[in-house]
Amino acid sequence: MNFWRVPLDAQDVSVARGIVHIIEDRCKGCGYCIAYCPKEVLAFSDRFNKKGYHPPYARRPEECVNCHYCEILCPEFAIFTELDPSCPQAKELESDKQPGQSN
Amino acid sequence: MTTKSNAQAIGEKQAQHPLDDLLRTDRIPHIWCPGCGIGTAFAATLTAIKDSGLDLGHTAMVSGIGCSGRGAGYAKLDSYHTTHGRAIPFATGLKLANPKLNVVVFSGDGDLFAIGGNHFIHAARRNMDLTVICVNNLNYGMTGGQVAATTPHLAKTTTTPVGNPESPFNLPLLAYASGATFIARWTIMHGRDMVESLTEALLHRGFSFVEILSPCPINYGRRNKEKPLETLKLYEEKSIIKNNANPLEITLDAEKGIVLGNFYKESRPSCIESYDRTCRPDFLEQSS
Repeated sequence: MNFWRVPLDAQDVSVARGIVHIIEDRCKGCGYCIAYCPKEVLAFSDRFNKKGYHPPYARRPEECVNCHYCEILCPEFAIFTELDPSCPQAKELESDKQPGQSN
Repeated sequence: MTTKSNAQAIGEKQAQHPLDDLLRTDRIPHIWCPGCGIGTAFAATLTAIKDSGLDLGHTAMVSGIGCSGRGAGYAKLDSYHTTHGRAIPFATGLKLANPKLNVVVFSGDGDLFAIGGNHFIHAARRNMDLTVICVNNLNYGMTGGQVAATTPHLAKTTTTPVGNPESPFNLPLLAYASGATFIARWTIMHGRDMVESLTEALLHRGFSFVEILSPCPINYGRRNKEKPLETLKLYEEKSIIKNNANPLEITLDAEKGIVLGNFYKESRPSCIESYDRTCRPDFLEQSS
């Protein structure tokens, strides 16, 4: 993301990593997810789906921060993100969960 | 790229959208046009139903006729697709017959405010315990883009080729004047705020009304030189979020600004509570 001033704690904050899942055959190619992805992860692919639209593909999948905005904005239920299980946040969540489950 | 896309393709077959459990997936992809915002509004409604923790076995969705009216058919809930304009009377009957039911009305502006206008104002006046979600796309989309009660002044439609000579309804103001007890307006751009507002509306006791602005690229957008992404850009640039705004100042105008927010909340006895208190106090004593 482009900051006009780098936040003072930018080094200390670890950003979550997400995995983008695209259900291609539901896509109608409106391009909302591509236009509004804050990290510009997505782009139109050259392939066609069953309905003849160009679905998006993750051009820079490693940039995804699991913000879910594509999932919220998509009118077709065709895209969603989930937390990458190998990133530190996922491990933190897991360790947070365990005491909760034992209760 | 080919290996990546293959890996993706394999992943996709197993992938399940988080809302799939609330969708009749055999009917998806839905009929809504590319760029239409109804799908987003519908997804937000389903997310809000999930977030609110309502008992899904006691939640029903009712919709009328029109593009948004198809919503009821896609929700994996008890749902009913009523005749034109009669979503609110049907929902009222459903609620009166089974007061434990959470009734959600999901419909469009033409259905709820033109042919169903009277039903809306009277359900709001009675404070019927319903959640009314109105997807406002500013015209009659399904029938070919005719002028509606919500089409802005001077906007072009099939039936007003030189511009709409009339003034539109201001829906939240109408709801306020009629006596609704929860009123909000959002656009499909404001996803998270919309879900929070819808959750609050679902949990509110009494008549709650949420207007969701949505682009209609094929019928409204095409005649008014607005591509779907341009409509979203307009929402992004012109919207002003003002919670608890004065209902007289909540404009919906590309120049003056599109005022969004949770405008009003009040607790007032709902229609059923008021009826029981007034007409059958004995019944209340017996049931308590």
